[in-house]
Amino acid sequence: MTQPGDVQDPPQAAEGGSDLVLQGVTKRFGDFVAVDDLDLTVPQGAFFALLGPSGCGKTTTLRMVAGLEVPTVGTIHIGGQDISHLKPYKRPVNTVFQSYALFPHLTIFENVAFGLRRQKKSDVERQVDEMLELVELTPMASRKPGQLSGGQQQRVALARALINRPQVLLLDEPLGALDLKLRRQMQIELKRIQTEVGITFVHVTHDQEEAMTMADTVAVMNAGIIEQMGAPKELYEHPRTTFAANFLGQSNLVRGTVGGGDGSNVTIDAHGARLVCPRDRAPAGISEVWVGIRPEKVFLAGAGTETADGSNLMRGGVVTDVSFIGVSTQYLTRLPWGQELMIFEQNSGARESFRVGDPVDLHWLPEHTFLLDAAQDASAGVEIEGED
Amino acid sequence: MAHVAPPAGAPASGDAARKRGLVGYLLLAPAGLWLSLFFIVPMISLISTSLYDPSGSLETGYQMTGHVQNYATVLQEYDSQLLRSFLYAGLATFFCMLLGFPLAYAIAFKAGKWKNLLLVAVIAPFFTSFLIRTLAWQLILSDQGWVTQTFNALYLTDLFAALGLTEQGSLLYSPLAVVTGLTYNFLPFMVLPLYASLEKIDPRLHEAGADLYASPFTTFRKVTLPLALPGLVAGTLLTFIPAAGDFINAQLLGNTQTTMIGTVIQKLFDGGSYPEASALSVVLMVIIVVLVLFYIRRAGTEDLV
Repeated sequence: MTQPGDVQDPPQAAEGGSDLVLQGVTKRFGDFVAVDDLDLTVPQGAFFALLGPSGCGKTTTLRMVAGLEVPTVGTIHIGGQDISHLKPYKRPVNTVFQSYALFPHLTIFENVAFGLRRQKKSDVERQVDEMLELVELTPMASRKPGQLSGGQQQRVALARALINRPQVLLLDEPLGALDLKLRRQMQIELKRIQTEVGITFVHVTHDQEEAMTMADTVAVMNAGIIEQMGAPKELYEHPRTTFAANFLGQSNLVRGTVGGGDGSNVTIDAHGARLVCPRDRAPAGISEVWVGIRPEKVFLAGAGTETADGSNLMRGGVVTDVSFIGVSTQYLTRLPWGQELMIFEQNSGARESFRVGDPVDLHWLPEHTFLLDAAQDASAGVEIEGED
Repeated sequence: MAHVAPPAGAPASGDAARKRGLVGYLLLAPAGLWLSLFFIVPMISLISTSLYDPSGSLETGYQMTGHVQNYATVLQEYDSQLLRSFLYAGLATFFCMLLGFPLAYAIAFKAGKWKNLLLVAVIAPFFTSFLIRTLAWQLILSDQGWVTQTFNALYLTDLFAALGLTEQGSLLYSPLAVVTGLTYNFLPFMVLPLYASLEKIDPRLHEAGADLYASPFTTFRKVTLPLALPGLVAGTLLTFIPAAGDFINAQLLGNTQTTMIGTVIQKLFDGGSYPEASALSVVLMVIIVVLVLFYIRRAGTEDLV
């Protein structure tokens, strides 16, 4: 990595380290706009996830950073150097390809050594041995990729890219081909390796759980633009668009009208219920809103039960569906205006679970409420998540 | 699951295995019968004919005398034709590779929706007979044809003549014409196996090469070529072996100085010199088998996936 004091470094690079910066990047394929005027800065050393449904432009963005696609408009910089039009083999960037693209005719050792040999690096043997050690594949060194399991191939692909010490490592759905258990294991492994080597990881995925587990910053992408970007917790607790609210986890969105409030809160009238939401969780200057609440933040109570003062309360619900899924129970509750809301309840055993047809009240804390502009489509981002 | 199966199932599965074995033999039987009737028997006959006393004739009959000298005779007499055959076949194979590799590569990776059409175009010549296609080259390369005229105008015929490839002022009936004909006739046999190999290569491997600091040329050398090697080996064998034994091209497009071994064998059989013809056939076969074995060893196909 560049030393801050290096004389030959341009001042910008010294300041920005090896930040990956995309400025006004647009990619068009014919009439189709895959990526639309994207601005993005990934700080050096970050584990950054681009999350979105298939066709949202996340892979195209990644390929432009790798040099496998050329942006129609815009520039890409790494550490102050413009790489927008650099050939892929001249970029300080390596990729872990979706389903790996390992060289089938080369041994695991030679696959991992490929990049170093092309760069005429010395000491290839030792470096490859070390890298194979890191990904725990030393005994497989002389095998061919075809003789390895999916998880092992995944680690070879990672080692093959990582050994070149790129300034940015790109991961294109790296765990997509693995089964659930192995995926969990590799998520932790990837995070460990990233912390160990300190290289910037840019990770493309459609799996919101994977993105949240590993990345320290997640950008939710939809239809060529970034809908929202931030730390996983912030994104989850305070989605700013209906797409983000639905794609990252699940949300209940109830139509309401802002009707005043005080310095720190706004009050909303939603189908006759008076709800409260902190002002910093509401978009400014908008009166028609979606009142959002995550299913696990809602409590169920038998109809007419007294609830704590200051809670947001909706009365008159009827349980329409109960799914027991082990750690929790998922309820669907129909409210008087016909909308069904989802509630996840931990199976703590504190109270008998409700049955279909039971009359219930719903309540939750105002600080868990978020407001979104009602001009947005309430179903954006729903359902797509399940597709794989 | 298998170990839970009741022991009563064992004899049944034994029967099934035996049945499967029987079906295998039955499937092999027609081809096996065909091969022993029309390959092994003629082969034995050919080898024994090559050892007959050459003083006999078709009318008087041949004596089986174990006349090994037949081999020495034909090797001495026809060594230049033998050498020429392998030279021409080698050249034709080389040119097929030169023309065929880019073609197969383009069809596999760049043709898009034209892929099938191009493949049909590669096979299309087979709709006409080998003989007619070779005769067509007589017209193409004839002295009055526009090809020769153009080459004349560009002084290329003079160049070829100076190099000893053609006679002054013409293209036909020359080593050049023979090698051209061989190249043309055997090109599809190079393109098809090459295409089959190239087509199986995941295009993302090229991207992976580029991502790992390999220029397009290095990616080709280190990734594409090794993966295409099985096709290349098959293609060169399918081209070289029939080209070495071919007699049509040399006869229709060549002159007396371009006679290939196939022509010699055919003439000897026509002339009734069965022992020499047989001996020469065996020599040709042995040389090809040795060359092929050596070549496959060198190409290292056992290293391939």
